[in-house]
Amino acid sequence: MTVRAIRVIPCLDVDAGRVVKGVNFVDIRDAGDPIELAAAYDAQGADELVFLDITASSDQRDTTVQMARAVAEQVFIPFTIGGGIRTVDDARRLLMAGADKVSVMTAAIRRPILVSEISEEFGAQCCVVAIDARRVEGRDGAFEVYTHGGRTRTGIDALQWAGEVQRLGAGEILLTSMDADGTKDGFDIPLTAAVTSAVDIPVIASGGVGTLQHLVEGVTQGGADAVLAASIFHFGEYTVADAKRVLAANNVTVRPPL
Amino acid sequence: MSVPEAPTRPLLAVLDYGIGNLHSAHKGFSHVGADTRLTADRGLIREACGVVLPGVGAFGPCMRALRARGLDEVALDRIEAGVPFFGICIGMQMLFAGSAEAPETEGLGVFGRLVRPLPATVKRPQIQWNKLNVHREHPMLADLGDEAWVYFVHSYAPDAGEEVIATCDYGGPVTAAVARGNVWAAQFHPEKSGATGLRILSNFVAFASDAAEVAA
Repeated sequence: MTVRAIRVIPCLDVDAGRVVKGVNFVDIRDAGDPIELAAAYDAQGADELVFLDITASSDQRDTTVQMARAVAEQVFIPFTIGGGIRTVDDARRLLMAGADKVSVMTAAIRRPILVSEISEEFGAQCCVVAIDARRVEGRDGAFEVYTHGGRTRTGIDALQWAGEVQRLGAGEILLTSMDADGTKDGFDIPLTAAVTSAVDIPVIASGGVGTLQHLVEGVTQGGADAVLAASIFHFGEYTVADAKRVLAANNVTVRPPL
Repeated sequence: MSVPEAPTRPLLAVLDYGIGNLHSAHKGFSHVGADTRLTADRGLIREACGVVLPGVGAFGPCMRALRARGLDEVALDRIEAGVPFFGICIGMQMLFAGSAEAPETEGLGVFGRLVRPLPATVKRPQIQWNKLNVHREHPMLADLGDEAWVYFVHSYAPDAGEEVIATCDYGGPVTAAVARGNVWAAQFHPEKSGATGLRILSNFVAFASDAAEVAA
């Protein structure tokens, strides 16, 4: 007997320690307060949270560490911080402040051994590698890794890269389709399915969620271990509890909302 | 006019053996009202009405770090003295005789059995929320509602024995929580298990402060 519970993960963008990009559900007093939002998602039954740090200036990065500390003092579910992590020291600061995992992307592409360094130092369980991918035009089933919000090509094949980061010690892959991102048309299922069959480590599907049925498809067709969404939760269209009810109704095992 | 007496916050010592993130357990116990100190100070640990042994990482390095600071003896001394004691994750595994993860390293031996890898038929580590199957009613698991889901991050787990109070299903039944007398331990992370986990932490704080009252 094995329980394999699919995780539902809201993703929040943070800039200098404040949540940005229009979180707007009804009972929030301060839509920029990461603690209040994290607590609200915890109450809805979120299994984990991802904070994506979009702070542009590196001298404000300490605010992200302070945010991690504040969140860890008040919210008692696992959370990941991604964005701008370039070194083992960057990772250490966030993990010691209370983040459970860190997510690396661009720095890992520049210097893949960073994945091994983080994994060996802190354990694979806290080493997430984020992969942003787009379809390769004219080549069915081929996907390329991008950086800089999907604007910069790397020439790296996404499936090979997924295998490589697993080999390097990543504990998990956060996979975002940059074609689907923002469309609300659903996950890129062929991409998700290709990556989940290429690796043994858990894959978080991201990018394109517009309906709760999309979450179901990410799991049943894409094979995802976790589903991540931002806008459908932030604008109060659906709660995490709604998402879990729909997943459960489609025979996907989830931790029931309290 | 009488001033209401300040509620006493029971003193908990979280053993600081210097590796891994030991802060999360500390923050969790503080949140549920304990006066929690992350410490290696023997005097302070002896004063505490409850002792917590947290842990994230590998069995060998954790056990060696604990010994290097003499905290293995302190832990055993407190357990023997009947003080409420809570081991979490690797902190639970260290209470056992040893682990296949580091066969050359002896554990604390409070429980006689060994810690072994999760079956090869499932993804390791188990990193997910899983449901507790309660085998025996116990104060640790009081007031958790019909279904208690908690957060696991581990590749190893102790063999089954009579001290097991709950398991989860992951390639078969996996030891999730054990208890004997004043010693409680959880393979999962109550400090990362939302409201359910906080209830477990607060159950321990209640156990520790009740035990202190009886002793006084």
